[in-house]
Amino acid sequence: MALTRWIRRNLVVIAGLGTLAYLILPNVVVLIFSFNKPNGRFNYEWQRFSTDAWTDPCGVADLCGSLSLSLKIAVWATIGATVLGTMIAFALARYRFRARPAVNSLIFLPMAMPEVVMAASLATLFLNMGVDFGFWTILIAHIMFCLSFVVTAVKARVMSMDPRLEQAAQDLYASPAQTFLRVTLPIAAPGIAAGALLSFALSFDDFIITNFNAGSTVTFPMFVWGSAQRGTPVQINVIGTAMFAIAVLCVLAGQLAGTRRKRS
Amino acid sequence: MSATTAPETAPPAPPPAAPAGVRKAARRKKLVPYWLLFPGILWLVIFFAAPLVYQASTSVQTGSLEEGFKVTWHFQTYWDALTEYYPQFLRSVMYAATATVLCLLLGYPLAYLIAFRAGRWRNLVMILVIAPFFTSFLIRTLAWKTILSDSGPVVGVLNSLHILDVTSQLGLTEGERVLATPLAVVCGLTYNFLPFMILPLYSSLERIDGRLHEAAGDLYAKPFTIFRKVTFPLSMPGVVAGTLLTFIPAAGDYINAELLGSTDQKMVGNVIQSQFLRVLDYPTAAALSFILMAAILGMVTVYIRKSGTEDLV
Repeated sequence: MALTRWIRRNLVVIAGLGTLAYLILPNVVVLIFSFNKPNGRFNYEWQRFSTDAWTDPCGVADLCGSLSLSLKIAVWATIGATVLGTMIAFALARYRFRARPAVNSLIFLPMAMPEVVMAASLATLFLNMGVDFGFWTILIAHIMFCLSFVVTAVKARVMSMDPRLEQAAQDLYASPAQTFLRVTLPIAAPGIAAGALLSFALSFDDFIITNFNAGSTVTFPMFVWGSAQRGTPVQINVIGTAMFAIAVLCVLAGQLAGTRRKRS
Repeated sequence: MSATTAPETAPPAPPPAAPAGVRKAARRKKLVPYWLLFPGILWLVIFFAAPLVYQASTSVQTGSLEEGFKVTWHFQTYWDALTEYYPQFLRSVMYAATATVLCLLLGYPLAYLIAFRAGRWRNLVMILVIAPFFTSFLIRTLAWKTILSDSGPVVGVLNSLHILDVTSQLGLTEGERVLATPLAVVCGLTYNFLPFMILPLYSSLERIDGRLHEAAGDLYAKPFTIFRKVTFPLSMPGVVAGTLLTFIPAAGDYINAELLGSTDQKMVGNVIQSQFLRVLDYPTAAALSFILMAAILGMVTVYIRKSGTEDLV
C-alpha cells in the first residue's frame, strides 16, 4: 500500500528516468561493445573482452581518413555558416527593411524541410551544372543547412539584448566600431557560440545531405553507413565512445567555468 | 529551431527628421542591412531556393541518363510515382506519426522532471539528454541492432511475457523477432528524434510560473486537474514545436528503415534515395520529393490551425 502510494506520487520521476534510460541505453551498448572481440565481420554479438580496438583505433583502412575529413568539413562549415549567419541575424534583429518577412521565411524553410528533399534538389542542381561531387559540394551543402540554425540562435540573443547599452557606449564617445567590438559583440557572443557549436555538431553528424552530395568522397558518417553493410569494425564503437566522452567533458568544463564566473 | 517562437521586438523608433547634410549618410546607412544580408542570402538562394525550383523542372522532364533529360511537362510522373509508391507514403506518415506520439508520451515526463522536479540535478539530467547526441547517430542506430537482436535480452523478455504474441497479431512484429519489423523501425525513429521533442517541451515548461500550480492547489485542484487545466495548456507552444520538429524529419528519414527494417518497411525516403542514387531516375525522385514536401506542408498547416498556436506563439 505504501509502495503503490510512493509510486503514484513519484510517477513523473519514474517515467522520466525511464525515458532517460531509453536515451542512454544505446550509448552504453556502444561503450560495452567497444571492448568486444567479434567473431566475423559484424560486431553485433558479444564474444569476449579485448582492448585491441582501443589500442589501435586507426587500425581499419579509411576510418581515420574519413574522420579527419569530417572534422575538416565541420570546421570550415562552422566558420562559413557562423560568419554568414551572424551577419544575417544582426540585419534581422537590428534593422527594419522591406524584404524582412521574405528573408525570415527563407531562413525558416530549410529547418522545416525534410532533409532528403533538400539533398536531392541540391544534388540535381550540381549534376546539371556538371560540378564534380566531393569536398566542395559537401562543404557548400553543409554551410547551406547550418546557416538557418546560426541565424536563429544569434537572432534570439541579439533581440533579448538591451539597446540602451549601446546608446550608453555612444554617449561615452565610443565610435561605432568600438561600440560593436567592445559592447555588442561580447553580449552576442554566447548566441554566436551556440550557433557555431550547433553547426559543428550538425555538420559532423550529417548523413542524408552528404550521401547525396559527396560522390565517392567518404565522410565519417558515410564510412559508418558503408560498414553497416560490409561489416562493422569495433573501432567505430571506440570512436563513438570517445566522441561521447569528449562532449561530456566539454559540457562539464563549460558548466564549471560558468558557475565559477557567476561566483566571482 | 525556435524560429516560430522567437519574439519579434517592436521596431526601433524612426530617427527624427535629419538636416539636409546628414541625409546622404542616412541613405548610406539604410543600405547596411542589405550588405549584411547579401552574402548569406545569396548562398541560400543559390544552394537552397534555386535547387528547389530546378527540382520542380526536373520532375516534369522525361528522358534517360544516356540521352539526356528534357522538359516535356510530363505530369504523368507524379501520378505514376503516387500510384506506385503510395504504400511507402502511407507508411512514412504512419511511422512518423506513431513515433511523434511516442516521443510526446516519453518526452513529456522527462521534460517535466527537468523543469520542476530535478532541483540541483537539473544540469546533470540536461547533460544526459544532450550528450547522447554526440555519439554519431548512425552508430547509436546500429547499437539498436544489438539491443533488439533475436538472441538479445529485449526479445527474450518480451517473448517470455508473451508480448511478442500480441504484437505479432497486430502486425507490429513477426514471430519471435523484433529486428526487421515495423516495431524496430518505430523504436529507432522514436529514439532518434526524442531530444527534438524534449528540448522545446522543456523550454516551454520552464517558463511556467510555479505560483500558478500553487494557486490551482489552493483552489482545491487535484494534481491531475492542475496538469490538465494549467500545465498542459501552458506548455502548448512546446508541444507544437516538438511535434513539428519530430514529425517532419521522421517522415523524410530513411536511415532507420534501412538499418532496422527490412524491404517490407521501406519509407518514402528510401524510395527517393534509391531512385536518385541507384536507379538514376531523376524525374521520379524529384516528383517523389515534391509530393513529400507538399504532403508535409499540408499536414503541418492543418495541424498548426487546429492546435490554435497562431495566438499561442
